[in-house]
Amino acid sequence: MRNAAIETHGLTKVYGSGHTEVVAMRDASLCVAHGQCVALIGPSGAGKSTFLTAVGLINPPTAGRILIGGRLVMEGPRALTNPRTFRRKHIGYISQKANLIRFLTARENVQVAMELNGESSRAARARALELLEYLGVRERAAGYPPELSGGEQQRVAVARALANRPSVILADEPTAALDGPRGRQVMELFRRVAHEQGAAVIVVTHDHRALDVFDTIYEMEDGVIRSGAAELSAASTFSGGKARP
Amino acid sequence: MNLARKDVWHNRGRFALTTLGLGTLLMIVMGMGGIYRGLTTEATQLVDKVGVELWVVQRGTRGPFAEISRVPKTLVDRVAAVPGVAEARAFVYHTIQRLRAGKPLRASVLGLDWPTDKGEWLPLSAGRPLAQAHFEMIADRSLGLTLGERLPLGKEIYTVVGLTSGMSDPAGNGFLFLTLADSQAVQFDQSPEGIRLERQARRARAEQIDLGNTQPTMLERAAGPGSQLPALPPNQISAVMTRLAPGVNEAAVKATIDGWADVSVYTRADEAKMLLMGVVERSRRQLGLFRVLLTTVSGIIMALILYTLTMDKLHDIALLKLIGASNWVIVKLIMQQAIALGALGYAVAWLLGQKAYPYFPRRVILTPDDLLMLAGVVLGVSVVASLVGIWKALRVQPNVALLG
Repeated sequence: MRNAAIETHGLTKVYGSGHTEVVAMRDASLCVAHGQCVALIGPSGAGKSTFLTAVGLINPPTAGRILIGGRLVMEGPRALTNPRTFRRKHIGYISQKANLIRFLTARENVQVAMELNGESSRAARARALELLEYLGVRERAAGYPPELSGGEQQRVAVARALANRPSVILADEPTAALDGPRGRQVMELFRRVAHEQGAAVIVVTHDHRALDVFDTIYEMEDGVIRSGAAELSAASTFSGGKARP
Repeated sequence: MNLARKDVWHNRGRFALTTLGLGTLLMIVMGMGGIYRGLTTEATQLVDKVGVELWVVQRGTRGPFAEISRVPKTLVDRVAAVPGVAEARAFVYHTIQRLRAGKPLRASVLGLDWPTDKGEWLPLSAGRPLAQAHFEMIADRSLGLTLGERLPLGKEIYTVVGLTSGMSDPAGNGFLFLTLADSQAVQFDQSPEGIRLERQARRARAEQIDLGNTQPTMLERAAGPGSQLPALPPNQISAVMTRLAPGVNEAAVKATIDGWADVSVYTRADEAKMLLMGVVERSRRQLGLFRVLLTTVSGIIMALILYTLTMDKLHDIALLKLIGASNWVIVKLIMQQAIALGALGYAVAWLLGQKAYPYFPRRVILTPDDLLMLAGVVLGVSVVASLVGIWKALRVQPNVALLG
């Protein structure tokens, strides 16, 4: 694909060996362009999170290749770049459970991601507050994670993922802790980030009410990704909305 | 953003308690070093402060501190007559233990050779030197005596006219300075019944010999005061302190006196060495060993504390890695906390020590060099102790942040 932000070829992940061997992901190939917002759906245990952590350079695959921005970054289990540095610069990752650093406030949780990327403290602080404002948790900026509700924590985590204006955003069930309108707002935010900033977004979700915001929907089952085009009609059925080309 | 500071601030209550605990432990380490230094200082301070060059003692002994030495008082005049000797003084030294207000009072009594020596050389913190030949004394503050206090010793009552600070013997007993005559009166004090029994025993021995039976005055003499018997020697002194005239060759004077068959001569350095290598050697080594052990234990405890602190935030560390923090960021987080813990613990130790050390039974001396060395050791131990936590933190994978 031209202008591909994320390309995976034959990603396979095998846990254990012999009679305890479990294939979590099998020959998963996917291509997401810059500016494209993609949903990955499927039943629990289908391998969606495994796929996402592989693309996020968190959990290397057993086999296959990952290219991000046209650059080969992972070949089999071997990283061809420093995964942490690459993730810091290019990937925003949001996990299912809001993962915030407990000893930092909401604002500092967002700010730290930018400071780790070399942003000045002042600029990082200003942008952190902007993002929190945008996500509706500005007034909770001074709160520590245990003082925030699940939804507030998740919005702070989203703000952190967006902080460094990454070219790739990977979100694993980001709206699980949010109510319907707030969940939809976050999904629409992902789409806007994709379209306005040219980021490639992959969202693993079970929330079929918001599937209409995605450009493409892929389904994953038994570790295999089905093509997006094949899923459009299914997505339309799930959401009751119109699938995007 | 300083992550270590943020973490410490967020967990400030726990961190403060940990620091207090570590500080208390370090206070003991610091105190042990201070006691070690106090012991060595106390051991040699009398030799240093008396300021004489030569000590003349009983032949073959290593007196007067390391072992008992007995020399006749006339030795003072013999030594004073040696060319190059500016001053010779008698030295009497013994330990007493009496009851004062129902509690034991243990002190080292040191005789001053009145009127030559009135104790002017003593570092008085209150009062004055001795002003009369009898019944006055200078006491060290560690004994708990006050200026003007009257203390019965033997058959007499002595008044405290001066106070010193930090003047104690190698065993940590405070000094009492009396005139030579008074100190010997205290040392050789006998009860009236004891004196009567001794005189009667002498008379009984005299009656068993022909001379005693044929010379009635001899029997009378034998039953009289011991001091009037020419056959009995007078009370002896422990040593003769010898100060040399300026410019005199110490070795030459030493060699002259050493040539006498009844005495041994030691320089100030010899005495100091005998005290350090003999009298306090075991205590010194014991304290040194304790100090090393306590420092090691402190290091292990610090390592455990830092390891626990790291384990508690392993999820946060994994999360930091997930968002791209480099290993250096993680190392800094743990090491800065370790150094902060060590530095604050050290400060707490010092502050607590300032309050606690004056109540220690032994003198605690904190020298700048020792404090600096301990600071260096604590810093080193902090860094080394953090390595276990760092090792654990560097091994944690970012995907740990995604679990549970």
